[in-house]
Amino acid sequence: MQVPATFEYERADSVPHALELLEHYGPEARVVAGGHSLIPMMKLRLAQPEALIDINGLADELGGIAVEGDELAIGAMVRHTELLESATATDLFPIFRDAERVIADPIVRNRGTVGGSLCQGDPSEDLSAVFAALRATAVIQGPGGTRTVPVREFHQGPYETAVEPNELLIQLRVPVAPGTGSAYEKVERRVGDWPVAAAGAVLRIEGGTIVQAGIGLTAVGAAHFCAPEAEAYLDGRVPDAEAFAQAGRIAAEHCEPHADQRGPADYKRHLAAELTRRALARAAGRI
Amino acid sequence: MRITVSVNGQSYTRDVEPRLLLVHFLRDELDLTGTHWGCDTSNCGVCTVRLDGVPVKSCTVLAVMADGHEVTTVEGLERDGELDAVQKGFVECHGLQCGFCTPGMLLTARALLDRHPDPDESQIREAISGQLCRCTGYENIVRSIRWAATSDVAESATEAK
Ligand SMILES: Cc1cc2nc3c(=O)[nH]c(=O)nc-3n(C[C@H](O)[C@H](O)[C@H](O)COP(=O)(O)OP(=O)(O)OC[C@H]3O[C@@H](n4cnc5c(N)ncnc54)[C@H](O)[C@@H]3O)c2cc1C
Ligand code: FES
Ligand code: FES
Repeated sequence: MQVPATFEYERADSVPHALELLEHYGPEARVVAGGHSLIPMMKLRLAQPEALIDINGLADELGGIAVEGDELAIGAMVRHTELLESATATDLFPIFRDAERVIADPIVRNRGTVGGSLCQGDPSEDLSAVFAALRATAVIQGPGGTRTVPVREFHQGPYETAVEPNELLIQLRVPVAPGTGSAYEKVERRVGDWPVAAAGAVLRIEGGTIVQAGIGLTAVGAAHFCAPEAEAYLDGRVPDAEAFAQAGRIAAEHCEPHADQRGPADYKRHLAAELTRRALARAAGRI
Repeated sequence: MRITVSVNGQSYTRDVEPRLLLVHFLRDELDLTGTHWGCDTSNCGVCTVRLDGVPVKSCTVLAVMADGHEVTTVEGLERDGELDAVQKGFVECHGLQCGFCTPGMLLTARALLDRHPDPDESQIREAISGQLCRCTGYENIVRSIRWAATSDVAESATEAK
């Protein structure tokens, strides 16, 4: 039987209250959202926070999916299921539907949150690649107010993010532009598993050429979950099969996959190339 | 910490440690052993209960997180001595052998039918994809849930008359 070590439990009733509690308990306190990464880690004693600040009561302040101006705003406490079922999000960006359908299983998705996924900073997290491909911005609130960090600078290493111990991730903001297509491709060993490798693509095409490409990669050791060299290659090109295959090869060259129980490194590198190619082709077909 | 949880419509107040998991609260504090406990790693789904109507894996929820909320366990499916249609379906279609996975399957099935009264096979398979059955295989479980859907529809048609 797995039992977490003891901790103090506090329930936040507002964002300022959560920040006060974080300040009060100091760096050994942790926020708990869906708890589907943190509680398993606590059960294995891989995490032993002295205090847990429960933010599940902040669904109003930290929830919601809405278009605001030329951005799509997604609250940190939005659960996977809600994002999957949001027509607003998935009509604009089908990449969310592609990815959410294959993140964990429906029951885990009922609980796990978008913010928790990003803050966990697992090198195999699917949504980290999705938001990197979308060039989203993270809104972070601390004692001094709010600040924004591009998702491409959010992850500073495995399980390390730009969110300081006394801060909360509040929201993700995704730029919305006409002429955009998006898609996500993942290979997993069995339904509901973490990816062996996965790639997301976001393409903006104007007058028959690519004006911006976003490529997100997860589980293959891509720095910041993206592939800037492959994106630069695609800039200004005609979106065709040859360009997508070459972009896939470039993306694969720049990752650093590690062998583990999900597969050897060369297989993951092969997947990075192939899944990038497929995601780009599918994204282009959706414009 | 003192918590009050409504389980199957009845309110329970207990003093618990914050680290107590919901599955153990239900089984050990309330003696509701219908909720099973298997992998302990949020994979197998035998511990599934409904929290405010939503299926969750209770081995990965703290009991204190259910404070002030409503939980439904397999014991709450039956009404006035009458089994729920999903329970009848599992009886009719041989939806279980050892029964270990069954409580979780039943609750997920009920939650699915509450939202989608007439699911097709792929929707059923998707809904139960976070749960493992080591005996029956999924064929009869899917059939049992389809049976329940048909029975629910027939029942509401009768009520409408
Ligand atoms: C069986 C299983 C299978 C899974 N499969 C996949 C998969 O295939 N792909 C995938 O990508 N993920 C998968 N996951 C992980 C899951 O999708 C998320 O990682 C998990 O739900 C994290 O979200 P959470 O809300 O549960 O976070 P929590 O566990 O509550 O928190 C995770 C971390 O983030 C911090 N945190 C949470 N919210 C905030 C916030 N707003 N501000 C600051 N810090 C915060 C917490 O303090 C903690 O350190 C799986 C999980 C399980 C249990
Ligand atoms: S015991 Fe909870 S998922 Fe297996
Ligand atoms: S009936 Fe035995 S595990 Fe499903």
